[in-house]
Amino acid sequence: MQEKNTGNSHHIIDYSTYVFVWVMLVGLTALTVTIAGINLGDYTLVVALFIALIKASLVIAIFMHIKLEEPIFKVFIAIILATLAVIFILTFIDYTFR
Amino acid sequence: MANGTAVIAGKSFYEEGTTKSKSGIASWIFSTDHKRIGLLYLISIVSFFIIGVIIAELIRLELIAPGETIVDAETYNRLFTLHGVIMIFLFIIPGIPAVFGNFFLPIQIGAKDVAFPRLNLLSWWLYMTGAVLAITSLFLPGGPADTGWTFYVPYSVRTGSNVIFALLAAFILGFSSILTGLNFVTTVHRLRIKGMSFFKMPLNIWALYATAWIQVIATPIIGITLLLIIIERTFGVGIFDPTLGGDPVLYQHLFWIYSHPAVYVMILPAMGVVSEIIATFSRRTVFGYKMVAFSSLTIAFVGYLVWAHHMFTAGLSETAAVVFSLLTFIVAIPSAIKVFNWVATMYKGSIDPRTPFKWVMVFIFLFSIGGLTGLVLGSLATDVHLHDTYFVVAHFHFVMFGGAGTIFFAAMHYWFPKMFGKMYNEKIADIGVYMFLISFLTLYFPMFLLGYNGQPRRYFDYLPQFQTLHVISTIGAWMMLITITLVVWNLIHALRKGEKAPDNPWGGVTLEWQTSSPPPLENFEEMPNVPNEPYDFSHLTGIKDGSK
Ligand code: HEM
Ligand SMILES: [Cu+2]
Repeated sequence: MQEKNTGNSHHIIDYSTYVFVWVMLVGLTALTVTIAGINLGDYTLVVALFIALIKASLVIAIFMHIKLEEPIFKVFIAIILATLAVIFILTFIDYTFR
Repeated sequence: MANGTAVIAGKSFYEEGTTKSKSGIASWIFSTDHKRIGLLYLISIVSFFIIGVIIAELIRLELIAPGETIVDAETYNRLFTLHGVIMIFLFIIPGIPAVFGNFFLPIQIGAKDVAFPRLNLLSWWLYMTGAVLAITSLFLPGGPADTGWTFYVPYSVRTGSNVIFALLAAFILGFSSILTGLNFVTTVHRLRIKGMSFFKMPLNIWALYATAWIQVIATPIIGITLLLIIIERTFGVGIFDPTLGGDPVLYQHLFWIYSHPAVYVMILPAMGVVSEIIATFSRRTVFGYKMVAFSSLTIAFVGYLVWAHHMFTAGLSETAAVVFSLLTFIVAIPSAIKVFNWVATMYKGSIDPRTPFKWVMVFIFLFSIGGLTGLVLGSLATDVHLHDTYFVVAHFHFVMFGGAGTIFFAAMHYWFPKMFGKMYNEKIADIGVYMFLISFLTLYFPMFLLGYNGQPRRYFDYLPQFQTLHVISTIGAWMMLITITLVVWNLIHALRKGEKAPDNPWGGVTLEWQTSSPPPLENFEEMPNVPNEPYDFSHLTGIKDGSK
C-alpha cells in the first residue's frame, strides 16, 4: 500500500554531536542573557532574534533529524518559513507607515 | 489497520469495527475507522448547525420590528455571538473536511485509513470538548460571550460575560483542526495507492490537501492570540488593551492572519466537491485539470496575504491599506479560474442534472454574488461606506452559507448513497434545492440593500425606514427553516425507508465508486483500478445517456 519506505534510519548522528549541539544551545542562551545587559539600542531585538534563529536551526537540523530527511521535508519547512516571513513583512508595512 | 483485523467478505463497515465492543455507542466513539469518525462528525456538526439556525431565527424575530421585540440589547449581543461562534467554529470550518474529507479522502486515494487513525479520533474528541465548553458558558453566571465571534479587544478584555470559555473553546477547536490537517497532509503524501501520482488524484483531494496546509500553518496563530487575551484578562498584562499600554490593532492583525485563511478552509474543500460533482454529472473530464489543481494551492497561498482588508477602517496605515486592497483583488484570479473551468467542463458535456448537480448550480450562482460583492468590500473607497453594515452580513452569508454551506448539502446528496447504502427521494430533494434558492435570496438579498442604505450590523434596533426590508428578510428566515427541515427530514427518512443504493448510482469514475455501498471496513475488497486519467469517461463514448 505504501508508496515509499518511511525509513527507519535512526542514530546515524552519533552522541558526541548531540552533546556538542546541546553545549552550543546552552552557550547561545548564555550569550543572549549577556547581550540583554548591554545597551544595543534598536538592535537589541534583532540580535536576540538572530541568536534564537541559530538555536532553532540547530534543533531542527540535528535534534529533529531534518538534516538527514528526504528533501520534501526541507521544502515544507522552507515554505512555512517563507509564509511567516511574508506575514511579518506585511504587518510591518502597516507599523512602519502609520 | 492498526490492529490487523482481517476483512470478512461482504461485510460493510457498519457490521465490522475496530473496537472491542461490536455494537453500541462505544463502537462509535472509540472507533479509529475514518468512516465512523466521519459519521461522528456528521452527527455532531449537523446538530450544531441546527442549533445555530434556531438562534438565527431568534435574531431575525427580534429584527422583525424596531425597538425591543423579544429580547433586550444585551441578550441580542449574546445571541449573534453564539450564532457566529457556532456557525464558524463548529459548523463551517470543520464541516466538509471533517465529515466528507474523513470519509472519502482515504477511499479516493485507495488507502485503508488515514495515516494516523488515533489522532483522527482524538481530533473528534477535542472537537466535542471545545463544543461542550462553548455550550457550558450558557449556564454560568455572567452568561455567554457578547463580543461577536471576532472577540475584538478592548471590549473582550473588559466585558463581564464568560469570554474565557468561548476563547478556550475556540482554542481547543483549533487543535482539532490542526490534527485533521496533519493527518490529511501525511495521508496524501504517504498512503496513495500504487499508480496514483499527484496528477491522477481527484480534484477533491487537491482541495483537501491545500486546505490541510492552511489548517496546519494558520491555526496556531489564532491559538496563541486567543491565549494572549486570556492572559490579558486574567493577569492584566498589557498586550492589546491601550489603557494597559497594549495595541488593539495588533489584535486585529493577529486575529485576521488566521481568520482570513480560515475562510479558505471553508471554501476550498467546497470547491473540491464542486469539481467532483460537475465532472460526474457532465460525464466529462474537468477542463484544465492542472489549472484547477494549482489554483487550490495558489488560493491557499495568496489567502495568507490579504488579511488586513478587514481592517481598512481600523486605523491601518494608508500604504498598508493600498497594498492589501491590491492583494485582495489578486485572490479573485484563481477563484475565477475555477469558476470558468467548471463552466467549460459543462460545455458540450452530456449533463445529467440530478440533485447534487442542482445544488452545485445554486452554489455557482450564490458564490459568484458573494465573491463579487467581496471585491466591492475590498476596494478602499467603497469599504469605508459599507464596513460594519448589513452589506457585510449579506456578503459573508452568500460566501459561507451560499458557498460552503450549499456544498455541504451538495456533498451530502452526492455521497449519501455511498455512505449509507440507501437512496433518497430525488423529487423531494429537488424541491428542497429550489426552495433553498428562493428562501436564501429572500433572507439575504434585502441585507445588501439595508447595508447600502446604512443599517449597521450587530444592532438589535433600527430606524423605522428599514422595517420593510427587515420583515422580508425575516420571512425568508422562516422559509429557510422550512427548507432545512424538509431537506434533513428527506435524508433521515431515506436512512430508514430508502431503497438500497447501487455501488455507483451516478456513474462516477473516482475510486469511491469502485467499492460497495457502504464500503467494507478497509474500504476495498479487492484493490481498485487506478485509471490513467483522474476523470476518464471514455468508456461512455457512444452510449447515449439514458440512466434515470
Ligand atoms: C437560517 C439561517 C441563518 C440566518 C437567518 C442568519 C441570520 C444572521 C443575521 C441576521 C446576522 C446578523 C446579526 C447582526 O449583525 O445583528 C447573522 C450573523 C452571522 N451569521 Fe448568520 N444566519 C444564518 C445562517 C448562517 C450560517 C450557515 C453561517 C455560517 C456558515 C452564519 C454565520 C454568521 C456569522 C459569522 C455572523 C456574524 C456574527 C457576528 O457579528 O459576530 N450564519 N446571521
Ligand atoms: Cu478576509
